[in-house]
Amino acid sequence: MKTTQILIAGFGGQGILFAGKFLAYKGLVEDKQVSWLPSYGPEMRGGTANCSIILSDTPVGSPIITNPDVLVAMNLPSLMKYVDAVVPGGKIIVDSTLIAEKVERTDVEVFYVPASAMAKEAGFTTLANMVLMGKLIKETGAVSFDNNQATFEKFIPAKKAGLIEQNCKALQAGHDF
Amino acid sequence: MEERVLMKGNEAIAEAAIRAGCRHYFGYPITPQTEIAAYMAKKMPKIGGVFLQAESEIASINMVYGAAAAGMRVMTSSSSPGISLKTEGLSYIAGSDVPAFVVNVQRGGPGLGGIQPSQSDYFQATKGGGHGDYRMIVLAPASVQEMASLTIKGFNLADKYLMTAMILADGTIGQMMEPISFEDAEIENYDKPWALTGTNCERKHNIVNSLYLKPEELEVKNFERYERYKIVEENEPMWEEYMMEDAEYCVVAFGIASRVAKNAVVAAREEGIKVGLIRPITLWPFPKKPLLAAADKVKGFISVELNMGQMIEDIKLATQCKKPVSLCNRTGGMIPSPDQVLESIRNAAKGVF
Repeated sequence: MKTTQILIAGFGGQGILFAGKFLAYKGLVEDKQVSWLPSYGPEMRGGTANCSIILSDTPVGSPIITNPDVLVAMNLPSLMKYVDAVVPGGKIIVDSTLIAEKVERTDVEVFYVPASAMAKEAGFTTLANMVLMGKLIKETGAVSFDNNQATFEKFIPAKKAGLIEQNCKALQAGHDF
Repeated sequence: MEERVLMKGNEAIAEAAIRAGCRHYFGYPITPQTEIAAYMAKKMPKIGGVFLQAESEIASINMVYGAAAAGMRVMTSSSSPGISLKTEGLSYIAGSDVPAFVVNVQRGGPGLGGIQPSQSDYFQATKGGGHGDYRMIVLAPASVQEMASLTIKGFNLADKYLMTAMILADGTIGQMMEPISFEDAEIENYDKPWALTGTNCERKHNIVNSLYLKPEELEVKNFERYERYKIVEENEPMWEEYMMEDAEYCVVAFGIASRVAKNAVVAAREEGIKVGLIRPITLWPFPKKPLLAAADKVKGFISVELNMGQMIEDIKLATQCKKPVSLCNRTGGMIPSPDQVLESIRNAAKGVF
């Protein structure tokens, strides 16, 4: 019986909801119980955005996450806002290109990934989110790293299928980091 | 059973409505339910249906009234302030005894309020909203799967009892995605000899109307309508009981609040507190029987709501005030945390209500 509560947070436009969707579809493909809850409203239009994903072997209770097992932070305000909410022993994944600060807590595992820089160098500037997802999968095992291509095909429309390859590469880059 | 798919709650309502035979959607956009209209705009033209964005909420509910009078399966959807605008039409639809299906994905109020999830339209949905003696069947989904199944149920009940069935959801259930599978929709077909379908000069013309100037006639109409409501109250209450077998305390919550409450019930059980949950699925008819039965077993009730305490009145009525009922609530778009609910349960266990 395993449940992983994941909170992804950053600015609108960084692909926060998309990254969460990817995890949710991974869960679907792997026959897990899943919930995906986006922030909605004015913050999506340029402000902070966040997304709560629960992956579980048992039915999901509340889809609202108060204390995440895993926090992915893509900007400083999000890290500041949620760092203390992470459960002791939890994991925090930080885009260290965008966030210079270090996490002071010692009871959590923190992974600093220069995801934005890595994405830019590799030629897929907008896919820092997926670099971080690659790292998340490696460090949490919440879902497997198999069938990524098939997962993307489930929710990326056929006319945009050309984007899947780069998304897979970004995942791989994060996984290998 | 069909393959599991991930869908937003709002999209699940739209897809289920189409599967239930709805081919007429009239609406006006408002957060957090706009995905319903967007889905209908995309799908209806492809299946020979009608999607129409009206000039206002008032126009759209009257279009629903018209299509319903013609015997069509028809729906509209909105969120709290938009539903307030539609209540005049809901009253006319009730006064004319035609079936309609309406969705309210609630947001914080009163007034323009906010756009975050709320349950503060409980009174409006279950006690009237519009003027006159009338009721609506009110269904409260707690998952994306139920957004779909209660939509199909709602269309069937509306046709069966010639009244409005309303889905009373909230921004969370509307916006969240969960896996669902669409089983074959059980569409019940009811004859509609009263419908305005054109006489072909072969029958007497039908009249759909809510105007009765003679009070004797209007009274008879209202008596007749309430005879029908009595049957609904007898046959259609739906609820879920969770860990109630040996419960000494009973949490009552619907929709998203019940999901939070379930987490708290599990946590309280781990502390050794014997607590259970009754989740009303129909808010009208309210599941009075299981609550009254529970009142003879438990020491007290806790009503968990996203409002200032609305359902709590129905709990007190249903339980005939036999046991104390406390309120655990947030409002204005806020949602109680499982810890807040747990604290209320701990208090109840100490005898504090």
